[in-house]
Amino acid sequence: MAVSRFWRKLRHRYNLIGTHCTTCNTYYYPPRKMCPQCRRDGRIEECRFKGKGVIVTYTVIHAAPENKAVQTPYVLGIVQLDEGPRLTSQIVCKPDDARIGMRVQSVFRKLGEDSEHGMIYYGTKFIED
Amino acid sequence: MRDVAIIGIGCTNFGELWDKSFRDIFVEAGVMAIEDAGVQGEEIDAIYLGNMSAGRFIEQEHLASLAADYAGLASINIPSTRVEAACASGGLALRQAVLAVASGYHDIVIAGGAEKMTDVDTDATTDVLAAAADREWEGIMGATFPSIYAMIARLHMHKYGTTSEQLAAVAVKNHYNASMNSRAQYQSPVSIENVLNSSLIADPLHLLDCSPITDGAAAVIVAPAEIAKQYTDTPIHILASTQTSSTIALHDRKDITTLDSTVVAANKAFNTAKLTPGDIDIAEVHDCFTIAEILAIEDIGFFKKGEGGKATEDGLTAIGAEIPVNASGGLKACGHPVGATGIKQAVEIAEQLRGEAGRRQVEGAEIGLIHNVGGSGGTAVIHILST
Ligand SMILES: [Zn+2]
Repeated sequence: MAVSRFWRKLRHRYNLIGTHCTTCNTYYYPPRKMCPQCRRDGRIEECRFKGKGVIVTYTVIHAAPENKAVQTPYVLGIVQLDEGPRLTSQIVCKPDDARIGMRVQSVFRKLGEDSEHGMIYYGTKFIED
Repeated sequence: MRDVAIIGIGCTNFGELWDKSFRDIFVEAGVMAIEDAGVQGEEIDAIYLGNMSAGRFIEQEHLASLAADYAGLASINIPSTRVEAACASGGLALRQAVLAVASGYHDIVIAGGAEKMTDVDTDATTDVLAAAADREWEGIMGATFPSIYAMIARLHMHKYGTTSEQLAAVAVKNHYNASMNSRAQYQSPVSIENVLNSSLIADPLHLLDCSPITDGAAAVIVAPAEIAKQYTDTPIHILASTQTSSTIALHDRKDITTLDSTVVAANKAFNTAKLTPGDIDIAEVHDCFTIAEILAIEDIGFFKKGEGGKATEDGLTAIGAEIPVNASGGLKACGHPVGATGIKQAVEIAEQLRGEAGRRQVEGAEIGLIHNVGGSGGTAVIHILST
């Protein structure tokens, strides 16, 4: 992955910064500059999420391309933030402990290491709340 | 708009075709279709080629020119176009060909699909397939393509009580069907235990819940229905051709256990054809994973939401049962060369409706449906075909 591609969204990844449409009062994470409900009538502002939510569904990944920062098996889930939006993230817990409905909160962690570019990249993961 | 029919079909064997190149396989499929239709090269007006990722699989772009050139049609300078929608690229190619003929812009058009996946290693293939999902907000977060369908499966089990045995029943049925298909990548049956004892890829999906990595190509020739009989005694009529989009990321779907792109494409297709799910005699659906077939048979409307697993376990989707699904073996056992899959589905249904499917023939099949999905449902394409 090109370095610029990751760094462009760095603030959003590090601090869980998404967007909010004040026209329809909908929150977006990942951030969107165009509200899918209001489109050009939407008014978009940045917002920082509290980082608390619940696991909607999850899987334990046993086979993945080599990544020095993450060893298999690891837990990947869809988390619904308390403000409404859903996102895909790793859940830092024992594979057997993950469950649908588990309360979680965000933490700052190493996401991966790109051998091609020598880059280590960080972002948000979730742990049990 | 003109009615459109398929007048010729061709498909290579599916598998790890080490000794054949990308250009070898699409020419092989294309020539079969052209000979089947009995058309002359000079009669062909255009080519649409479905392909997901030749740029990364074989480091070749500009496939449209390559296809025209090696099919021997660059000498007459016909328009050739590559279309891409991840695993739905083939379905899109067929739809583009149908639109071109229906509009009156072209008469005889080749719709092809091809993918050469085994020239790179498994890690690279896994990474290319992950590009069918949202790279920035799924892939970077650690999602693999199987893990996305695994999260759908987990929630489907949680909400509807679907079991790992019911998922495995999809694989068992499709491997059995593929044992009667000489083109299939896997021609030996598997048991429920084989599936459940295969290694976990992304819990609850095992290795045998996943479609394989495959090389292959397929092609069909479409023409205005009014002249189809000049070429074949058994034209296959296209009653509906629909395509829809949805969010690229699974986490943004309204209901994670429903592919709304499939629901809308199916509704539109049934309205266009003035048919209902009960009128369909045979279906080829997009079973990239076992859970995907269960979603498909629910979202198309063959079974109620949540009942697809039980229906499969009860044998309702076997050849000879209520609605035979994936008689070819599906993506699961016939193989899934991503860009070729949508066209291969059309070849299978055309063979079935012609009564030429041999041991896996669904007796008396007159109306068939094909369903092709891109990614986790960001694109869906449905065609309804009839004798
Ligand atoms: Zn809005």
